[in-house]
Amino acid sequence: MLKIENLHARVEGKDILKGLSLTVKPGEVHAIMGPNGAGKSTLGNVLSGREGYEVTAGSVSFEGVDLLALEPEERAAAGLFLAFQYPVEIPGVNNTYFLRAALNAQRKARGEKELDSMQFLKLVREKLKIMQISDELLHRAVNEGFSGGEKKRNEIFQMAVLEPKLAILDETDSGLDIDALKQVAEGVNALRSPERSFLVVTHYQRLLDYIVPDYVHVLAGGRIVESGDKSLALKLEEHGYAWIAERHPEFAGQALVGERA
Amino acid sequence: MSEAARTPFVESLREAAAAAALPGRGIGWLDAARCENLDAFLAAGLPDTRNEAWKYTALRALAQRPFALGDAQAASRPVEAAALALAGIDGPALVFVNGAFRADLSRLDDLPAGLSLEPLSQVLAGEPEPLRFALARLYRDGGEAFARLNAALAGDGAVLRVAAGAKIAQPVRLLIVGAPAEGELAWHARHVVELGEGAELELIEQHLATGEQRHLGTQVSDFVLREGAQLRHVLLQRAAAGATLVRRSGYRLEARAQATLHALELGGALVRHDLAAELAGDGARFVTRGVFMPTGRQHIDTQLAIRHQALGTASESIWRGVADQRGRGVFRGAIVVAPGADGSDASLSNKNLLLSGQAEIDTKPELEIYADEVKAAHGATVGQLDERALFYLRSRGLPQTQARALLTAAFCRAVFDDLPDAALREHLDTLLIGQLPS
Repeated sequence: MLKIENLHARVEGKDILKGLSLTVKPGEVHAIMGPNGAGKSTLGNVLSGREGYEVTAGSVSFEGVDLLALEPEERAAAGLFLAFQYPVEIPGVNNTYFLRAALNAQRKARGEKELDSMQFLKLVREKLKIMQISDELLHRAVNEGFSGGEKKRNEIFQMAVLEPKLAILDETDSGLDIDALKQVAEGVNALRSPERSFLVVTHYQRLLDYIVPDYVHVLAGGRIVESGDKSLALKLEEHGYAWIAERHPEFAGQALVGERA
Repeated sequence: MSEAARTPFVESLREAAAAAALPGRGIGWLDAARCENLDAFLAAGLPDTRNEAWKYTALRALAQRPFALGDAQAASRPVEAAALALAGIDGPALVFVNGAFRADLSRLDDLPAGLSLEPLSQVLAGEPEPLRFALARLYRDGGEAFARLNAALAGDGAVLRVAAGAKIAQPVRLLIVGAPAEGELAWHARHVVELGEGAELELIEQHLATGEQRHLGTQVSDFVLREGAQLRHVLLQRAAAGATLVRRSGYRLEARAQATLHALELGGALVRHDLAAELAGDGARFVTRGVFMPTGRQHIDTQLAIRHQALGTASESIWRGVADQRGRGVFRGAIVVAPGADGSDASLSNKNLLLSGQAEIDTKPELEIYADEVKAAHGATVGQLDERALFYLRSRGLPQTQARALLTAAFCRAVFDDLPDAALREHLDTLLIGQLPS
């Protein structure tokens, strides 16, 4: 589904990703862990096509298509979804209106029939049940005045409606208390399916207690330095990111040393 | 006369004035005022950018263009009724085409009790005396060249009066239509609106075009609100893309009177609107909400001047500007709280959005306070669309153009949120979305 090969990317003239490779198959959940500054958020931004992220080498293919050649909206229509670490507040744009416009834009781009307001409402009602989201949020402007937990739940709700093939969760756990974290994880788990893959980017192991990954990768210095199953996350939790530095002396002296997971 | 004033513009209007047969001729005070204003206009011509009020709006190109006075065929220019319709709104309407009153297009039958609505030409032929105060005015400031021209040459317009205590339920519409003619002509409209004590009125003023033309239109409107009167004024300006439109709207509010203006400025090539409000009575309140959206090579200039003159008066102004392509927006918001207007409350906000590198908006808030215990706030910004919001929308699948239009419409829409009439609000929304590239 997703094949990243030797990806190099820079932001504001600074090399952040330095040879990242990763393959995700349909239905798999991959966790990407790593210390602050390792390039975790950069990966999500590069994959979703944010401006200002320059790919200097490597390739990304998504369902056989060169993902990097597509505009952000084309990537969305192709089935990619990024749940933002910091969802943006958009005053004046109604949440439901926005979501219907987004879904219909994607459907149009894929040559599918657009949904009328009745069909859309029916879809939304189904998804609301999964997300346990209050429909009051739907009538408000996108993310405006939402609490941290509401914003993250709204991201997952959007994902439920847009039904992507690959969802990237960018530090979705950040800023959430344990109850909100559980709710978000339940929403994600409800969307797991053999056709849908997830890339769960997180700093902490905690989220992975609730969204259990098939694979865990450690990102450090702009590339994946360790891969394993979910036990790798527990090992990191136990030893901290300093353990990575010990196993990879090339990182000695860099910021990740001494940082605890 | 200065040589500078002898431009093709001024000369064409001099000839037109000599040939004009205006309604109301022979009314001594009116002839005198027309004559004096004309002389002042001919002597000074158009102001240049050294005049502070015209600093950002250059009239050099206009000064080189001659205009014919009026349209001899205005009475027979075809106008489709559908072009004048406003969904969900059906009521009295006064229609002017190229400056001339059109009885065939107007709706003046079955006027509600307490409402009087007549073309100025008719009033001048009947009982002109009550209009003397408004029409005999002399414009002494060189910056008021168009008001002088209007005073000298206006032959028609709307005279609207609401009797004391009358609450007019249906909105009244004033339609100013520009129609293509053989050449480029000048029309002048003069409106007088008076609301008696405790009267209530909603007035929808629309500027429309039936086809492309490059006419010059001048318009002067006076609104007088007696004690406790309430006016809701909605202004939808969609003049022809080549038109020049210069307007001056003056509001005088007596004690506890309230006026609310919602303005949407979309059309015209060179557009200017001077809005002057005088809060003359205690507790008077003046609210303005406006959006101007110059695109292409349009130039849209709004000059808001509010004068608090009495105790506990309030004004609240929220304006948004959106300039695209080579569009240019100008906004000046000047508030004066005069001595004695203690306890007044004045706020003004003008936020602007530039959608292209060649667009320009000049905004200038001014605040002068000479009274005590005054609450005043004002601010102006010019910025671009929020890149984070744009990316957020695109990442969900909205194409760039659609995402930009959605954000721009949202930026403007907030201004019209408090319009109580849902049909009208929807109409404004449709118009402003229509102004955006799709």
